[in-house]
Amino acid sequence: MAGNKSQVLSLYRQFLRNASKFEDYNFRNYFLRKSRDEFKKHKDVSDPAEIANFIKSARQDLLVLKRQAEISQMYHFDKLVVEKLDRHHRT
Amino acid sequence: MQRLLVTSLFMKRAPTVAARSLSSFPGLKTAATSVNSASTLEPPSGSPISLKDAGRDSSLYGTRPIYLDLQATTPVDPRVLDKMMQFYTGLYGNPHSSTHSYGWETETEVEKAREHIARVIGADPKEIIFTSGATECNNLALKGVARFYAKTKKHIITSQTEHKCVLDSARHLQDEGFEVTYLPVGEDGLIDLEQLEQAIRPDTSIVSIMSVNNEIGVIQPLEEIGKLCRKHKVFFHTDAAQGFGKIPLDVNKYNIDLMSISAHKIYGPMGIGALYVRRRPRVRLEPLITGGGQERGLRSGTLAAPLVSGFGEAARLMTQEKDADIAHITKLSDRLMNGLLSIEHTQLNGSATHRYPGCVNVSFAYVEGESLLMALKDVALSSGSACTSASLEPSYVLHALGADDALAHSSIRFGIGRFTTEEEIDYVIKAMTERVGFLRELSPLWEMVQEGIDLNTIEWSGH
Repeated sequence: MAGNKSQVLSLYRQFLRNASKFEDYNFRNYFLRKSRDEFKKHKDVSDPAEIANFIKSARQDLLVLKRQAEISQMYHFDKLVVEKLDRHHRT
Repeated sequence: MQRLLVTSLFMKRAPTVAARSLSSFPGLKTAATSVNSASTLEPPSGSPISLKDAGRDSSLYGTRPIYLDLQATTPVDPRVLDKMMQFYTGLYGNPHSSTHSYGWETETEVEKAREHIARVIGADPKEIIFTSGATECNNLALKGVARFYAKTKKHIITSQTEHKCVLDSARHLQDEGFEVTYLPVGEDGLIDLEQLEQAIRPDTSIVSIMSVNNEIGVIQPLEEIGKLCRKHKVFFHTDAAQGFGKIPLDVNKYNIDLMSISAHKIYGPMGIGALYVRRRPRVRLEPLITGGGQERGLRSGTLAAPLVSGFGEAARLMTQEKDADIAHITKLSDRLMNGLLSIEHTQLNGSATHRYPGCVNVSFAYVEGESLLMALKDVALSSGSACTSASLEPSYVLHALGADDALAHSSIRFGIGRFTTEEEIDYVIKAMTERVGFLRELSPLWEMVQEGIDLNTIEWSGH
């Protein structure tokens, strides 16, 4: 992915940033895991057409992720028993 | 019967323990009404055992339980919701309106969804009939086929471990004069193919065997059943609510004639399902709902386009994420099974080899399953199907496997899905180990077992 390296890296960072915005513990962890796996899987791709395809579909997916991360922040539920509370939420 | 005796013995032998533990055990006592009792769980005062994790300060953590009841329903995938939002914000046309573009755009989306669903099972999109869910599908398949061929065929075959809605449809058909054979299952939960072949009669119209059991996760030998049914020219229906998208299913390879599918078991919305109905050779059935003639006349009524589209997206994601999901679920399932089965006197229910890894059913001997669930307010679990979880009846599925009452009562089902994390599994293993130990400490039966008394040799006094 030599030529598109900065473009892919920027996309990758945006995926991680938006995934980590999910309020929901399970969704947050899933999309973080999924983003890492997906970019890692395409790390060694050299075919330009395939890279272009990957970037195109990643852009689409990023839009979905952005919207859903926003929605997730609009509704609040209690934290799970495996989640550490922020300092100001502790009783 | 045995269970009653055990309970009475418990009360007789250990009234002080029982009374003390209940009075100083607010979590157990108020569990029915309290929604958020995870933090209120306390062991009996003065007891050396603690329900709280000594290794961490629970006030630093949240209180919402971990969700491990994925056989009951799954969370809606955000990508599915994203698809559905379009319909609630702009695409509101009736998919059956053919005179304007509002109808056309919705119809295009509905047909796309149909294609995604058909692709998962190797079917033609025209063979997919949308319904309100797997229960309606099972009703439609069984009653529809049986009633259509009622003049010549009076017999249907199903198994004892089917979902309630299949068994109940069969029961209703019996009232209408049909004969039903309920095939028994072996200890591993699988049906016997020879028994099935013997049960098929010249007037058998349909065989209905589920693909993945909702309680024990056992996968039935669908390909062999399909072959048998085709050989004897009997329709083969499978309830694939728990299997669709999760195990390999191919309607042509397995000779499946009808298949029930549900959206909310594959991270889609509730309230929508689909019945696959084969076109060649044609399966004919009598509709349950008549009217405008939508869905090839088999299920009239306006399609719920947002739900259909969400269902389609969920099915597309099942195909797209198949490998990643299977790898993730298998990894967590192995971890959970290793962790739970390393507790002494536990056993895995159902076949160890023919199973869907996302459903783990374990029996914890000398512990009452319902009390275990009460003591596990920080994990959302069930001892069986959600439909029967309100009653204290032991699972009929485990009974069919030959498990005795005590074992059926002490079993718990763990569901693992796309969104389950390793951290959650580790928490659950730890919690189970501690709570099972805690409840066993209270149990006089456990005391006797520790003393080396074989419980089967005891003659319980009757009441």
